[in-house]
Amino acid sequence: MLWEIDIYPKTSQVDALANEVLTKAAPLGLLASETKARACRGYLIQGDLTREQIRRVADELLSDRVVEETRIFPLSEYESDAREGETLVHVLPKPGVMDPVAASAAKAMRDMGIETEAIRTFRKFFFAGLSDAQIDKLCWKILANEAIEQVVKGAFSFERLEVGNPYEFQLVTVPIRTMSDEELKTLSLKGQLYLSLVEMQTIQTHFRELGRDATDVELETIAQTWSEHCSHKTLAGRIAYRDEEREIRFTNMLKETIFAATQEIRKNLGENDWCVSVFKDNAGVVTFDDEYNICFKVETHNHPSALEPYGGANTGIGGVIRDPMGTGMGAKPICNTDVFCFAPPEMPLEALPQGVLHPKRVMQGVVAGVRDYGNRMGIPTINGAVYFDERYLGNPLVYCGNVGLIPCDKSFKKTNPNDLIVAVGGRTGRDGIHGATFSSAELTHESESLSGGAVQIGNAITEKMVLDILLEARDRGLYTAVTDCGAGGFSSAVGEMGEEIGAEVWLEKIPLKYEGLSYSEMWISEAQERMVFSVPDEKWAELKALCDSEGVEATIIGRFVPTGNLKLLYNGVSVADITMEFMHNGRPPVVRDAIYAPPATLPVELPSKSDYSEDLFRILSSWNVASKHWIVRQYDHEVQGGSAIKPLVGVNNDGPGDASVVRPRLESSRGIVISCGMNPLYGDYDTYWMAAGAIDEALRNAVAVGADPEKIAILDNFCWGNTDRPETLGSLVRSAIACRDMSIALGTPFVSGKDSLNNEFRPAGEEPISIPPSLLISAMGQVADVAKCVTMDIKESGNALYLVGLTREEMGGSHFCLVHGLKGGAVPKVDFETTKKTLKAVFNAIGSGSVRACHDLSEGGLAVAIAEMAFAGELGAEIDLRAVPTEGATLSDAALAFSESHTRFLCEVSAEKEAAFAKALEGVAFAKVGRVNDSSQLTLIGTDGTLVAEASLKSLKDAWIRPLDWE
Amino acid sequence: MTPQVLILRAPGINCDLETAYAFEKAGAKAQRIHINQLLESPRLFESFQILCVPGGFSYGDDISSGRILANQIQLYLADVLAAFRDAGKLVLGICNGFQVLIKTGLLVDVHGESGPDATLVWNNCGHFQDRWVRLKTHPQTNNVFLRGIESMYIPMAHAEGRFVARDAETFARLESQGQIALEYAPLNLSKLESPAACDARGTLQFPDNPNGAEGNVAGLSDTTGRVLGLMPHPERHIVPTQHPQWTRRSEQPAEGDGMKIFRNAVQFFE
Repeated sequence: MLWEIDIYPKTSQVDALANEVLTKAAPLGLLASETKARACRGYLIQGDLTREQIRRVADELLSDRVVEETRIFPLSEYESDAREGETLVHVLPKPGVMDPVAASAAKAMRDMGIETEAIRTFRKFFFAGLSDAQIDKLCWKILANEAIEQVVKGAFSFERLEVGNPYEFQLVTVPIRTMSDEELKTLSLKGQLYLSLVEMQTIQTHFRELGRDATDVELETIAQTWSEHCSHKTLAGRIAYRDEEREIRFTNMLKETIFAATQEIRKNLGENDWCVSVFKDNAGVVTFDDEYNICFKVETHNHPSALEPYGGANTGIGGVIRDPMGTGMGAKPICNTDVFCFAPPEMPLEALPQGVLHPKRVMQGVVAGVRDYGNRMGIPTINGAVYFDERYLGNPLVYCGNVGLIPCDKSFKKTNPNDLIVAVGGRTGRDGIHGATFSSAELTHESESLSGGAVQIGNAITEKMVLDILLEARDRGLYTAVTDCGAGGFSSAVGEMGEEIGAEVWLEKIPLKYEGLSYSEMWISEAQERMVFSVPDEKWAELKALCDSEGVEATIIGRFVPTGNLKLLYNGVSVADITMEFMHNGRPPVVRDAIYAPPATLPVELPSKSDYSEDLFRILSSWNVASKHWIVRQYDHEVQGGSAIKPLVGVNNDGPGDASVVRPRLESSRGIVISCGMNPLYGDYDTYWMAAGAIDEALRNAVAVGADPEKIAILDNFCWGNTDRPETLGSLVRSAIACRDMSIALGTPFVSGKDSLNNEFRPAGEEPISIPPSLLISAMGQVADVAKCVTMDIKESGNALYLVGLTREEMGGSHFCLVHGLKGGAVPKVDFETTKKTLKAVFNAIGSGSVRACHDLSEGGLAVAIAEMAFAGELGAEIDLRAVPTEGATLSDAALAFSESHTRFLCEVSAEKEAAFAKALEGVAFAKVGRVNDSSQLTLIGTDGTLVAEASLKSLKDAWIRPLDWE
Repeated sequence: MTPQVLILRAPGINCDLETAYAFEKAGAKAQRIHINQLLESPRLFESFQILCVPGGFSYGDDISSGRILANQIQLYLADVLAAFRDAGKLVLGICNGFQVLIKTGLLVDVHGESGPDATLVWNNCGHFQDRWVRLKTHPQTNNVFLRGIESMYIPMAHAEGRFVARDAETFARLESQGQIALEYAPLNLSKLESPAACDARGTLQFPDNPNGAEGNVAGLSDTTGRVLGLMPHPERHIVPTQHPQWTRRSEQPAEGDGMKIFRNAVQFFE
């Protein structure tokens, strides 16, 4: 029998679910003036169950009787509880979509001695005062997401829940040998392989040589291994690059720029080399202390997040956490970082192209997705940033990162021939089919319906359980290697681990969430929370017992048989047999042209004013600069107990810190500093200087809290448009060259990275919209003692304010120009040698204890930096623009206050430390530019000695807090 | 004697390591034990003097926070747990641990005809919040963990921490029995922000009372004074550098405000 349990808030309680919908719908104009809503949540429970059992479950398990009341009934006796004039709408997960709460409810009922066949959760809404058409719109804009959910209007019409049908094995072969080029192209597109014609032809030739047709799963496996997502074939491919001053022929662009820089740095460091494992494993590993190394990885999950923001971001963070878990013999994740790019959230609904979710909905969903996974894993999310630009409308960016702590002697792994292939963690379902190939394709207005299956739903607790046994099994030495199932599922995990050996997999052994998956789906599913271990026979029993003791599923699914081949069997029938050699080395090289012509620097006329207070307010209120507290506070940034510098700092715990610091070992005071740098606006001027600026920003953020600039590891994440266009690829290659140049000059190695290309959205019948070049640089620094760190809030009246670094007229891409709608001006450049010296000097000054507060200058320049320092410290400040070091150049007040020249810091120094501070900064441009006072005003004095800005701390802070001060 | 602390692990519990560390720093011996092991051998409890259910998201907080773990404890360990308390031992529930304890019936009655006496539900803001709060100890409580503590500044980090009593009578009874142990108090941090007023019933506003808890309740004691549940995290403020404004202080104290809770637990057995 199928029972329904409805759970309503008691009349004394607020109807939070209904209110949430109304709050989200109102600003989008989806409500009429007399709209009313009620809501409840509920469960459909199928099984041989009595009314008494259901009553007990409703009262004791599923509802909270203090605040809720319930209705129970079998669906066969369905009686609508809609009132006069109300329309009833149910929202529930589509069959086959992960429903973790339902799974947990089944487990809890089993604890109570009640067995069930199937459970599904739902939400139920009653709307009054809306037409049918208005309700439909509300359903799809707010209530439900077509990719994963279904909407049932009125009563449920079914009396049973779908639980999957048994699968009947049928071997599928594809007559690839006889296909024409047109047919190959169609096969690539319709089969969602997303391979080029040359690649399809290579596969065709291979099978012609073998004298047989390919099976479906062979094609899928090859397509995944060769996907942009898994093989980075464009950037690691051959590129002929040309710009205004050079022509370079790369045979492997990434290797010859970013990897090469790291190699050179490691060589120069000699025996002091602190890199341990770079660009090899799932995360880049560097030394930390005598016993532990640390590793860092940042991934993107852009396309899934565009379709289903919550699930996409949820599995984005879930996936990147598995990277350190799958690095070496497994690292313990110790902190997360998240950076997002969205379209501005105030866009009118009518302006949205078809197939695009509203940016505010995307943002709310993405933040909730990261929040729920990170918090449940018990990993503090300590750093992040958000950038807004209209070009992210159909293609938002979601970067998720994770840092792990790993014992020095567990930092490497090696699968042995004949080890067992063991799948651990979540079961396999239809979720995430074609994720790897999909993430490498362009989004269109049809993507939502075509690729809905590529969206995965996470269940963080399953991953947390895997983590718990992983660390225990690692320390007991129960396996020889581990990796995560990410994009490409088992296909890429087993393919990678067995690359040098070979593997045989028994697909029917794979534990499934429900019946009905074909052998091919089992192999390529990207269901979450799965890891693959290679386990020697003699260790299997102990590993299995450990997993059983904590309720973690572990299953032998094959063996790393040393044949050099990947062989897949289903109940003994061979369904795939390809050589590892062809999979990993058979892909034809991708050859691309790349051209870059930097736009000429156009003059920009800055408005000359006697008062720039209004400009300062506008920049503080601009989306990129405005406070992100609404996001930060939803993340647990203190779990694990190591928090030393929090993301929000100052008197009221709400000032914008430059970087966060955690102690990964509770018994030690050594800390890890996490920061980032990015500014897509500069990319419109020159991607070389955009990249250099991003590195500069990430480093100065880390140094501003006290990180040692000689031991900062950085990561690159390139998110770009369609690199088939030589100009687009050119802008990327140019930024990679900047990464190489600056990395070598500063001795700051890249240790890992990732790219995501084809970030474009094609509205129906229109030209694609490409995202701006978006290079995220993430930095991981270290401090010997967290008690030496500093924060950006000013501390004491009377202290001097010193500006470190030179200010030039660099207004191109600045926020001053942005809020004035001005184009042109020189993009900020970086003088690498000066940067290196300055970072070192600031580090020494902080180390000498002479700096009470330190803040880097970025968007909005000096004026924004001092405003933030002042309202965070709740102390007044006066800055004299005449004192700003400019190397003799005469700059206008606007440029002095708002220029975004790199490598600059504003430091607060007490009177008795000024000498020590000056000594530490010898050889670097710096000057005393002002003083902290006990007023509650910020004042800027201009070049003619008069006040050019004056504002109360309260008004400055309000301007900064308000734009994203959401519920 | 050095008390032995049982730190309960379960799927999704994630503050076990730092909580164990805080107890050890206070001089106890802590062991982290999985719920499955206790379900198999409930007698394991006998060798411990303190039980701590730490923070996290047990079983994902699916259904509602702490519900599934509380369900397991109620069904299979209720007697053992009652015996543990009645033997004069101590029980501490932090955050998710508090959510679990309140639903097991160890803190308040949950089996009454008209339903449980009290519960913890979704924050008024509707989502998870991580922020620091000021707590004061209720003058009427005699809870062992709170001896000598007048106030504490420690962080909360939860989505479902709003205390609700079944009705006004129940609240009054809990208070008169000394069960209201900890209350949120005004933060008074900023001179830029005007202090938030409280409503007619004395309930403080966000962010002083971060979740809208009735009567500003942040922690509950049982009637013996040996069981404490609290939403905020004392284990996250045991050293000075965990304090959000430690860089503003000219001198650092020896340890953080939360440490005293763990010291009290250890001293109880001296």
